[in-house]
Amino acid sequence: MVSQSSNNVANASSELALQTENLKVFYGSNLAVRDVTLDIQKNRVVAFIGPSGCGKSTVLRCFNRMNDLIPSARVEGKITFHGTDLHAPSVDPVQLRRRIGMVFQKPNPFPKSIYENIAFGARINGYTGDMDELVEQSLRKAAIWDEVKDKLQESGLALSGGQQQRLCIARAIAIAPEVILMDEPCSALDPISTLRVEELIHELKQQYTIVIVTHNMQQASRVSDCTAFYNAEATETGNKVGYLVEYDETTTIFHNPAEKETQDYVSGRFG
Amino acid sequence: MTVDLPSTNTDLWKPNRVLNRRIETSVKVLFGAFAFVSVATTIGIVFTLIFETFEFFLDDFFREKLAEQVGRPIEGLWGDIQTFLYSLRHFLTDTKWTPLFSSAQFGIFVLISATVMTSGIAVLVALPLGLLSAICLSEYATLRTRSILKPILEILAGVPTVVYGYFALLFVTPLLQNFIPVQGFNALSAGIVLGIMITPMVASLSEDAIFAVPRSLRDGAYALGATKRETIISVVLPAALSGIVSSLILAISRAIGETMIVTLAAGQNPRLGFNPTVPVMTMTAFIVQVSLGDTPAGSLAYKTIYAVGMTLFLITLVLNIFSFWFVRRFREKYE
Repeated sequence: MVSQSSNNVANASSELALQTENLKVFYGSNLAVRDVTLDIQKNRVVAFIGPSGCGKSTVLRCFNRMNDLIPSARVEGKITFHGTDLHAPSVDPVQLRRRIGMVFQKPNPFPKSIYENIAFGARINGYTGDMDELVEQSLRKAAIWDEVKDKLQESGLALSGGQQQRLCIARAIAIAPEVILMDEPCSALDPISTLRVEELIHELKQQYTIVIVTHNMQQASRVSDCTAFYNAEATETGNKVGYLVEYDETTTIFHNPAEKETQDYVSGRFG
Repeated sequence: MTVDLPSTNTDLWKPNRVLNRRIETSVKVLFGAFAFVSVATTIGIVFTLIFETFEFFLDDFFREKLAEQVGRPIEGLWGDIQTFLYSLRHFLTDTKWTPLFSSAQFGIFVLISATVMTSGIAVLVALPLGLLSAICLSEYATLRTRSILKPILEILAGVPTVVYGYFALLFVTPLLQNFIPVQGFNALSAGIVLGIMITPMVASLSEDAIFAVPRSLRDGAYALGATKRETIISVVLPAALSGIVSSLILAISRAIGETMIVTLAAGQNPRLGFNPTVPVMTMTAFIVQVSLGDTPAGSLAYKTIYAVGMTLFLITLVLNIFSFWFVRRFREKYE
């Protein structure tokens, strides 16, 4: 049933960016997420929603292999990026992360100047163009240029939370990724900053494929084209295992979901 | 279905407010008294130091020399000030340190140069060793390895300094003599062993600072396609800079004040300059030399100890103030 619903989204005309097939993630010997099969099309915004502990962030972190950094994490199943298996031995996670950027839950600017926050990623990836121009373009793209153009040498930590998050988005854009993963990017922000980041996501959609994890269902319905709903169930040993319930166009998920679980969750009747 | 709530009958609740208040007060007084003891001790030490240092600078030895020079007796408050300035000038500008000779000279920089040299060598040893082991423990070692190695490293800090002193004298110096012409007592071997002594301190405290850099910051660097080395050098170390610098300064203060190693291995020869192969006398070594001899209390040589001690105190005070300022200036606050 899961694979069926994932096919609802795929239509032959548009190119696939990311694809997962029977994805399983383990932490140590505990299964954290099971059987995630979904296709993410290029230049679309896909939202991952679901209750806490349902593994949506875990799946997100598989896309740029951030789970490699957790020694106990193990990934099974197949993830492809433009048809290439992400876990093929020829794939270098360091290079992969340049093509698939990430924005985190809490703004995490480096303790460096605003300028250096942007230039760092470009520099380590061997960017040889005009750095000043790149910094300006990235900050403009992230809709924060006007606020910081006069204080590029000040610390990134001196900005407000919402500005910091947009700085982090600018930082992710600066290395010209194809996909941007966002792990609850607005959960630490006030409503006005949240609105600005959401507007930004609309803008960025023209050029990037965006996968966004969010707890906020209104946000998912506002920003995304497709939505994946995850849920969790307890196993006999008491661990929670997340799984993909339904994946479809956002309007379908919110107005006419196929599964009762989804219906209950999006209408707020979740037990 | 109703659930029984805890009883609201006020007769059942009898807190002893009076006794509680008395206990609180007496505890506050008791703790305050203990805190006062340490504060009072510090004030007492500093006060004695200042008092005896003035005694040194106003000693009749200087007064008479000055009187001889100007050809009239030096008296009164103005005389005191003149004497103080005269002796302070000699203290800071003389190039010899011969307090026990009949033609005594008190050029403190002779001793400072030795202290700076041994501590400088110690830093050259401890900074790379300490910082690299801190990075290794925090970033490359598994949590299990870290939990075993870090306590071992800290045990190294518990080796008595006299052991380090003989290690320098009887092991490091002969070893160095195979390669470079150093004398039996020299600043180089004392400095190296001093460095080994403070390495655990640098390593352990820097490791704490590096380990405390939030994971989110590392993730941010990795997510931009940084390698582990790039992440450590460009993100983690700058973020931990204030902790690393303050650990280093604490270790330098420790090296400057360290007595046993330099007394045993560096020698007892006051000598101005920075030649690490010959015997030198540090400030602490001088204090040991005078206090081991039978110098009568109140004599000029006795007062010299306080002047040297005061200098030592001022140097570490300046270092600590710098460290305090630096940490406040460069500490990054993460929510």
